[in-house]
Amino acid sequence: MKKLAYYPGCSLTGTGRAYDESLRAVFAALGEPLEELDDWNCCGATSYMSIDKAKAYALASRNLALAEREEADLLTPCNACYLVLEKTRRHLADSAEMGQRVQHALDAIGLRYEGKVRIRHPLEILTRQIGVERIKEAVKEPLKGLKVAPYYGCQVVRPYATFDDQYDPQTMDQLLKATGAKVVDYPFKTRCCGASQTGTLPKVGLHLVYRLLKEAQDRGADVMAVICSLCQFNLDVYQSKLRRVYDLPPIPILYFPQILGLALGIPADELGIDRCVVSARPVLERRAAHAA
Amino acid sequence: MRPNIRTEADRSPEFAHWITSLPGAEKIRECMHCGLCSASCPLFAYMDYSPRQLMYLGREGFRDDVLGSFTIWLCTSCYQCTVECPRQIPVTEIMYALKRRAIEEKTYPKRLAIPVLAREFRRMVYDRGRISESWLVMKLMLKTGIHRMFGMVGLGWNLLRTGRFSLRRETIRHRGDLARMLEAVGHDSEVVP
Amino acid sequence: MLRENGFGPDPLTNGDPSDGDLTNGDPPVRIGVYVCHCGTNIARTVDVLRVTEKAGKLPGVTVARDYKYMCSDPGQELIKEDIEELGLNRIVVASCSPNLHEGTFRGATAAGGLNPFFFQMVNIREHASWVHEDRESATEKAIDLVRAAVRRVHHHKALETRRVPIRPEALVVGAGIAGITAALTLADAGKHVYLIEREASIGGHMAQFDKTFPTLDCAACILTPKMTQVRNHPNITLMTMTDVVKVDGYVGSYEVTVKHRPRYIDASLCVGCQLCVDACVYKRGKFEDEFDLGLSMRKPIYLPNAQAVPQVVLIDPEQCIQFSSGKCKQTCIEACDRDAIFLDQEEQVETLEVGAIILSTGFQTFDPRRSPHYGYGVYPNVYTALEVERLVNASGPTDGEIVLRDGEKPTSVGIVHCVGSRDEKTNPWCSKVCCMYSLKLAHLIKEKTDAEVYNFYIDMRTPGKGFEEFYQRIASEGTHLIRGKVASVYQPADGDGELLVDVEDTLAGMVRRIPVDMLILAVGLEPRADAEEVRRTFNITCSGGGWFMERHPKLAPVETFTDGVYLAGCCQGPKDIPETVAQAGAAAGQALALIDRAYIELEPNTAHVIAEDCSGCKTCIPLCPYQAILHDDENDRAEINEVLCKGCGVCVAACPSGSIIQNLFEDAEIYEEIEGVLAYA
Ligand SMILES: Cc1cc2nc3c(=O)[nH]c(=O)nc-3n(C[C@H](O)[C@H](O)[C@H](O)COP(=O)(O)OP(=O)(O)OC[C@H]3O[C@@H](n4cnc5c(N)ncnc54)[C@H](O)[C@@H]3O)c2cc1C
Ligand code: SF4
Ligand code: SF4
Ligand code: SF4
Ligand code: SF4
Repeated sequence: MKKLAYYPGCSLTGTGRAYDESLRAVFAALGEPLEELDDWNCCGATSYMSIDKAKAYALASRNLALAEREEADLLTPCNACYLVLEKTRRHLADSAEMGQRVQHALDAIGLRYEGKVRIRHPLEILTRQIGVERIKEAVKEPLKGLKVAPYYGCQVVRPYATFDDQYDPQTMDQLLKATGAKVVDYPFKTRCCGASQTGTLPKVGLHLVYRLLKEAQDRGADVMAVICSLCQFNLDVYQSKLRRVYDLPPIPILYFPQILGLALGIPADELGIDRCVVSARPVLERRAAHAA
Repeated sequence: MRPNIRTEADRSPEFAHWITSLPGAEKIRECMHCGLCSASCPLFAYMDYSPRQLMYLGREGFRDDVLGSFTIWLCTSCYQCTVECPRQIPVTEIMYALKRRAIEEKTYPKRLAIPVLAREFRRMVYDRGRISESWLVMKLMLKTGIHRMFGMVGLGWNLLRTGRFSLRRETIRHRGDLARMLEAVGHDSEVVP
Repeated sequence: MLRENGFGPDPLTNGDPSDGDLTNGDPPVRIGVYVCHCGTNIARTVDVLRVTEKAGKLPGVTVARDYKYMCSDPGQELIKEDIEELGLNRIVVASCSPNLHEGTFRGATAAGGLNPFFFQMVNIREHASWVHEDRESATEKAIDLVRAAVRRVHHHKALETRRVPIRPEALVVGAGIAGITAALTLADAGKHVYLIEREASIGGHMAQFDKTFPTLDCAACILTPKMTQVRNHPNITLMTMTDVVKVDGYVGSYEVTVKHRPRYIDASLCVGCQLCVDACVYKRGKFEDEFDLGLSMRKPIYLPNAQAVPQVVLIDPEQCIQFSSGKCKQTCIEACDRDAIFLDQEEQVETLEVGAIILSTGFQTFDPRRSPHYGYGVYPNVYTALEVERLVNASGPTDGEIVLRDGEKPTSVGIVHCVGSRDEKTNPWCSKVCCMYSLKLAHLIKEKTDAEVYNFYIDMRTPGKGFEEFYQRIASEGTHLIRGKVASVYQPADGDGELLVDVEDTLAGMVRRIPVDMLILAVGLEPRADAEEVRRTFNITCSGGGWFMERHPKLAPVETFTDGVYLAGCCQGPKDIPETVAQAGAAAGQALALIDRAYIELEPNTAHVIAEDCSGCKTCIPLCPYQAILHDDENDRAEINEVLCKGCGVCVAACPSGSIIQNLFEDAEIYEEIEGVLAYA
């Protein structure tokens, strides 16, 4: 198995740190602790692409070059980073012109990139390499009775569907099922949550959030599982604001490794459970009481 | 109100040429107006021109209509349109290109936070190599004044409470690297000077 | 054994066939009645079970059944088995129209071993369920109709169908691509074909095009070889400048009178060298050339077009000085070293005998003067698409250069789709080929000029193999495809000759005003002006709009309601060349199937004279519309030629001594039927 260099991305060092904490804990518990890519830099995200394309590609390529130097693939949990890095990888492979320009920039800092790095997502590694069976075996506290809406967001399946189905992705569903939780049928799995808008155009963003959360609740979900720090922020942090406009009870938004971690018996504190603005404690306690 | 009639003098052949020369965007000409992009766009309801209309106006060269449109700022890059388009038109990438050109030509609405965010983002990456979200948000609030209409106080408190608001400034070790790289890669060639 | 829902007396206990001989020598009548549900078509409105039950109690009925689909195999099998097992000798089926299934059930009757004319059909669908809403009354009516048929069949007799031989020659009228294809197919199969063309050359519209969609292959390259083949084929007699004036006879044996208009040239001598044209006293062309739609000028003596088949010149007597004044020097005659010019040639009439006829008279394009807001005929740079086909054609008036009337290249060209089509003020139908040919013209114009091209369309209709891909290709070339119908075209007084086109760009949600220096009208297809006359000559029918009508829109698309007359190409409705060719092949196939059968069976419903009773009064003779009655002078009585008789019944009704009898419509049968309908029970 090729070495994986963990690329958390900026968000996971800030508002999304619970994703970082729980992911590290889960991989460690499964005996595959994560090793962070040394001196990684911001991938540029959506914002940089809106400013200057060549610079955006150059920025992202530094991370690819760093990973290539370590002979590793990049493991990227954030949807936005995942797409930016994957897009850069593809574009550099397809466009000789851009490839040369970027290599020129890398030359300036003594790096090389020859296109040997693959961009991997934790969902892919967990389901394909570690495998659902192994995770099932490692489950210590099955989450029977917990009803979860799986939400994948946009960019991990669009525009490229690299490891999962574009319209009905399944990898997180499989992991959640392995924990013993019930996965509710959720048609908005990959519908955009408007994360990049809620901060700047609140009316628009909040409506998107509302639709997603309402549908999850209408389908009986107790919590929503997400795979992206931007989605988590958007769906979690704005809920109190949302309630000023819409009538909607709170619903906790958890990173899937948080749920996985609970099932693996990792203490809630180590999984950053309390970093949710909408606390997950009441739901989790209710479930535990019910199960007991 | 601008009269809703356009003559050929309103068309910019340069703009039409530019947009159809973007990678993959020559396909815009083949758009068959099925409207799948618009109908699948989560932001459609808030847009002044639908993604379909914007692609079409762009391909016809109605530069002012396109660059002045709110639509490009609403696009969240969710790629739904791109995936769905039966003619395989890279709508999202074209939206990106339009954002870039609108920033370049400063044709965006004055107080619109999105271009400001993009600029601040760029500056921070350039200086430090990583984004410290809390600092970015604070800057944004100062520049656009949206905190007043949005009441960011409660939100800030919630983030502080859950340990998600950190005032640490994230930085990479080789801080000079990025500046050197970004100089070396040169200016984007797709934007016509 | 009786099947479910079988009403009527049990055959084992009720009436053994050998029982009692009630009908002076004839075996007793044993009728089977079958009432069809036609899915729910009949059963929805007519109480089929009640009809069956009633029928089962009528005198002479041995068995009455209902069945979901009588025309299905099991339905027909029912009839056959009942004939064999119950000894039935009359069959009545109450179902749909005899037009549809009389043949089917006669076949089933024959399969059971009975003469098929012991069968009678009752139409309780078109005559009851489809035209009534009240279930009770519809059921009553169905019962009355069934009763009438049951009473009628008592008197049916065994009849034999007549066989008439079919002539192996075929006539094809109109030598466009449809007629050419049909004629070649028949001729290749060894049949002799008379190919009639009204114009001086064959080829039709296709001969005028440069390229053809969607493959853009050169029209002449694919058409000219076929035209030459027609000319040289030993089995084809080609007759140009010829009209059909009269059609007599019947399927298998038509007599067609044709009239050859004089060409004033002996076609067997002329080789198309055109020395005569050069020598004509007119030094240059003075008259509008029809083939170029007036975009070039020709002399009174001319070759129809460069690729014309036959390559023979002709003289237009309206324009030739010798014809108008008689004082021409006749330099043409002097110049012709083959002595092929005969100014005294006259019209000739001849009669052709053929077994089958294919009509392939094509279409005409819409005259845009009928939609004056496009400015056709007012602004010189408004063209029809057909004119532009000539302009882009390498052998056209400009050698393929696209230029305006003043010789300048256009810089901006508009193409208006749907001109004359999809408009209740003109023609309501979609002409089907104009979207595609408009895209084709857009491509050719972009290829030959630097002009911006705008296609103004309502819907882009490009169904067909390779068509959508063609549309996509033209779109990718940068043609402006603007969805909206042009509202007005005008030339501002202060402009430099440009035409301003106002159109809503419905997809952008704005009105646009676009200057063009050339405007092309994609004129639709419509039936030829003389379609009605042709229809009458060949005794066929027309559908809405005046297109020739096919026998069935889906299942018999090349046949007509007149046996032995088939349709090919655009005379039946708008279609493109691939479809035209396919249809022409199908029409030729149908004609071949007919011819190769060598004979046809005719209904035995003809009339005959009871010689002993006929007084020889001759009342009937002038009345027969088919000239089927002759007077036998020797015996002084009328005699009917059963081959010519169509069974119309006029003579039967007219005969004062009641001495004409018509098969299947004998008095007894008709009276019983009437009484049956009226006998309320
Ligand atoms: C502008 C234009 C462009 C087109 N381009 C294309 C294209 O690119 N590709 C394509 O597939 N299709 C094209 N089409 C359609 C194409 O023209 C038709 O499909 C085709 O010509 C039909 O052939 P036809 O033989 O049925 O009719 P026609 O071509 O009309 O031929 C009928 C023939 O019958 C003769 N005739 C008529 N009446 C009589 C009579 N009473 N007695 C004797 N002779 C008679 C006529 O003189 C004529 O020669 C185009 C049509 C138009 C109008
Ligand atoms: S990428 Fe942009 S335009 Fe396309 S569907 Fe998403 S938000 Fe709409
Ligand atoms: S989905 Fe594609 S073809 Fe359809 S309207 Fe949008 S851009 Fe055009
Ligand atoms: S084929 Fe196209 S141009 Fe012709 S009538 Fe139909 S829609 Fe109009
Ligand atoms: S039935 Fe008609 S067609 Fe036959 S002979 Fe009499 S009048 Fe003529």
